[in-house]
Amino acid sequence: MSEFIQYTLQGLAAGGFYALSALGLAVIFGVLGVVNFSHGACYMLGAVLSAVLLAELNVGFWAALVIVPILMFGFGVLMERLLVRWLLELDPLYNFLLTFGLTLVIVEAVKQRYGVSGLPYQVPAGLGGQVSVGSVNLSVYAIFACLFSVVVCVAVGLLLTKTRIGMIVRAATEAPDRTRALGINVGLWVTPVFGFGIALAGLAGVLAAPTRAITAEMGSNFIIILFAVVVIGGLGSILGAVVAGFLVGLVEAYGIAYAPTYAQIVIFVLMAIVVLVRPSGLFGREEVA
Amino acid sequence: MSEQMTAKVDVDLAQPSILSRRNPLRYVMLLAGLAVLVMLPYWIYPPVAMDILCWGLFAISVDLLLGFTGLLSFGHAAFWGGSAYCTGLIATHWGVPFPVAVIGGAVFAMLIAWPIGYLSVRRTGIYFAMVTLAFAQMLYFIANQARDLTGGENGLQGIPRNFFGIEAVETDPFYFYYVGAAMILVGILVAWRVVNSPFGRVLTAVRDNPARARALGYDVERYKITVFIISAGLAGLAGGVFAVSHQFASLQELMWTTSGKVVLITVLGGIGTLWGGLVGAGVVVTLEDYLASSGFEGIGLITGTIFVVIVLLFRHGIWGTARNVLRRYVLERRGRQRD
Repeated sequence: MSEFIQYTLQGLAAGGFYALSALGLAVIFGVLGVVNFSHGACYMLGAVLSAVLLAELNVGFWAALVIVPILMFGFGVLMERLLVRWLLELDPLYNFLLTFGLTLVIVEAVKQRYGVSGLPYQVPAGLGGQVSVGSVNLSVYAIFACLFSVVVCVAVGLLLTKTRIGMIVRAATEAPDRTRALGINVGLWVTPVFGFGIALAGLAGVLAAPTRAITAEMGSNFIIILFAVVVIGGLGSILGAVVAGFLVGLVEAYGIAYAPTYAQIVIFVLMAIVVLVRPSGLFGREEVA
Repeated sequence: MSEQMTAKVDVDLAQPSILSRRNPLRYVMLLAGLAVLVMLPYWIYPPVAMDILCWGLFAISVDLLLGFTGLLSFGHAAFWGGSAYCTGLIATHWGVPFPVAVIGGAVFAMLIAWPIGYLSVRRTGIYFAMVTLAFAQMLYFIANQARDLTGGENGLQGIPRNFFGIEAVETDPFYFYYVGAAMILVGILVAWRVVNSPFGRVLTAVRDNPARARALGYDVERYKITVFIISAGLAGLAGGVFAVSHQFASLQELMWTTSGKVVLITVLGGIGTLWGGLVGAGVVVTLEDYLASSGFEGIGLITGTIFVVIVLLFRHGIWGTARNVLRRYVLERRGRQRD
């Protein structure tokens, strides 16, 4: 039983990384209609940046938790302004291909600069070790990562549903033309929303840094799982992204624990079932064919 | 959306085939194409020439879906790689001549394409790309786990190249090229036939207006699944020949980067041009060969940048651009003659 609780915690922590990133993917898709293939690469950049900040500028984990998302926001703004913007009017598949090309460039650049062996990153002081709850030993960092991502997801959810900014963004998502007719400059919101989505991926990267091997390739599996997450959750749905993120994290953790041979495959079987039974995803709206 | 993936010009220009009767140069172009096919191993290293044809057919199989049915498959590595492994296993264990093994591999690719296609065509557009990508990655994990069968990370090594005891083909890449090229040519002809058939016309209708195609009584999903399976068979044929040519099948063949590379080749050649895939493959394969032999390590930087640049500035691809320029010229001349 104690093992089961440990696996659950690991699953929720890993699920937090998926949920945060999928949230970013969903927000970008909602407002821009773009599926950002480079999301995995941005997650990787978040982790690499925090390792580099620590090694070269001696900037610790807590500072990185703030600085890296800001840097990634800037990166996202540049990406949108210089590249993505020009293809927004066209078939969304073009931006999918554009961001795929960008992924190759980012991954290769990191590989050339920092090599293929992992960068070191310690669990920050104060979050190391384990805590005993009854007879169960739980990793403090996993608890922190899990709670932190839940808090961020809830905060983003509140931002989107309870504030004026969120109202505008949601209106721009649902009916861009009508929103424009009400006197809101939708184009103005596109760039910050893209940057915000990228920043969420970067934040997931920082959180993952102490628990994962930080390599240029760490995003390449991540992005595929992320696609499975948004297909399961329903791409248009913010809630779906978060719920499916944690769900996939749990499924993966139980898979690794109880059936290591099939751990990776189980997620895709789950996705296949969802596509078969509910093609629009658990929380998605029906697609207009 | 104001511009779709496929360049719809006007009906007169949208003829997919250079072999159509409207093209006055059709026999010249056909002969020139065959001449290039025959001369290729004289000009460049034969295994590289073989790679170009394999990737070319692979890209054509992707274009069959993307250009003519409007479906972007980002998981075609599953069929290319799946067939590479299956071809290798058949050739290794049963010792049959390699064309038989390749056909076995292609059939295997079509068999796995059936369930994947059945599930994937439930979604369209960007979802289709993501679902196919995820299923291909599932196959990658399966192949990685089934070490006894696939050799895991070491891959399947030493695939025999039996060919009815004709030693020249079995050992010399130069002669092997011609047998391989003949098989690839069959694949290209199948793709060409599919596009220029009543079936292909329905596919174009499904691409341009699925609701209308359905209203006219066509079972849209069934057409999509059928072309998906045909496309997978062609990708499998290409992957099988590729594996026999290298005498090696590895996990790399199933990786999503392979799916991405073939889409790059298709877009570079020109979406909806069919023949463009061969041109795109020629460019990408020779470029990679050149970069690798000159000791440059960051190939991803180059291919990634090419991808970004074509998508931003050069969406008709090489063949598409050339075709548009040529047609404009022909139309202008015709216009002048009428005056």
